[in-house]
Amino acid sequence: MTMKVTVYGPGCARCTQTAALIKDVCDGLGIAFTLEKVSDYAEIAKAGVMATPGVAIDGKVVSTGKIPTVAEIRSWLPG
Amino acid sequence: MTDHESPPTGNCCTGQSHVAGKLGMDRRMWSVSAAALLLWVLLYSQLERFADWLSFGVLSLQPRSHLGEAVRFFVYDTPKVLLLLTLVVFIMGVVHTFFTPERTRALLAGRSNFLANVLAASLGIVTPFCSCSAVPLFIGFLTAGVPLGVTFSFLIAAPMINEVALALLFGLFGWQVALAYLLLGLSVAIVAGYVIGKLGLEHWVEPWVYGIGAAPAGASSTPDWPERLQEGWRNVREIVGKVWPYLLAGIAIGAGIHGYVPEQLLAGIMGKEAWWSVPLAVLIGVPMYSNAAGMIPVVQALLGKGAALGTVLAFMMSVIALSLPEMIILRKVLSIRLIAVFAGIVALGILLVGFVFNALF
Repeated sequence: MTMKVTVYGPGCARCTQTAALIKDVCDGLGIAFTLEKVSDYAEIAKAGVMATPGVAIDGKVVSTGKIPTVAEIRSWLPG
Repeated sequence: MTDHESPPTGNCCTGQSHVAGKLGMDRRMWSVSAAALLLWVLLYSQLERFADWLSFGVLSLQPRSHLGEAVRFFVYDTPKVLLLLTLVVFIMGVVHTFFTPERTRALLAGRSNFLANVLAASLGIVTPFCSCSAVPLFIGFLTAGVPLGVTFSFLIAAPMINEVALALLFGLFGWQVALAYLLLGLSVAIVAGYVIGKLGLEHWVEPWVYGIGAAPAGASSTPDWPERLQEGWRNVREIVGKVWPYLLAGIAIGAGIHGYVPEQLLAGIMGKEAWWSVPLAVLIGVPMYSNAAGMIPVVQALLGKGAALGTVLAFMMSVIALSLPEMIILRKVLSIRLIAVFAGIVALGILLVGFVFNALF
């Protein structure tokens, strides 16, 4: 199953950076994934994200309120 | 600490190298932070000498001349404020790691007396907050059972009492004014939230908000100290990296005012005698959106030309605490009426602060 990455954020600069960084890391490691950006406030709140940008991997929130580091992103990835 | 930490039993070689790598990183984080602190103290103690040497020595400007005083102001205040800002932002970055929004929410859920407003406003200072996540935070608080008034106390204090404003007030006005701003800002947030809670305006929140079954946030791991320090550095990069151009521009304008605008020019329009200057300052300040970094140095220079402290404080608070973009964002979850009540009560509180300050000092 392809990994599903969700980035929660209203479209702020930090959210865009987060999405780009995750894409870079995954592409670099050759990991296939789908990227979904959620900008609707109701959906963001529903996921339990109170500080944006938030990141979920396969539906599980792994980071909120900051641009994750490369090391953090690697730790979420399979393998 | 020794160089030969025994590896945890039963791990494989990669695990071991990972542990050793983390230890090395941790040690580096401690030593870099300690060295930076030392350098900071050294630089800060030499500020006056540096400014005098540069403006009157190297540039050989005349002390007490317009240009001399303006340049001296700029080359003294710029490094001073930048240093203070860096230190305060670093400390706040570390403090933020102790207070996640999730933790703050858990502390506030279900409490609805006056003390809850005090707690919410205080937590608003130390919890990491970005106005771009004001709406998800608002929904997250309400759906977890934090009362509306308590949520407002948090939402008023969080942007108003921020590290940039406090560092600049401390650097340019002294600790008394920074402390006054802190305490008065807290009071406005506590009382305004309390009043909104008492008015029972829950039905003015957009109805869908209460209908959301917000998922409880996943448990986040507790960071260790090197990670907290790292967070401090990240905060410095992010905030100081963003505000320094505004700060430089603000101090440059301030320096111009300081050197060239005649003393007492503003006493008539921004002084104590002009009672109407406080409401006018708030009225201009509410829709205005500016960051503290660019505004506070200018305001400080105005103060030296006869403006009254209460008027100036009221202006700063209304610019920082209330802004049009923020209200437009909040419109997604609040009715116009509730936004108007919120802005009205906060503006009234700030007005009171301005008058009280002008009467006292």
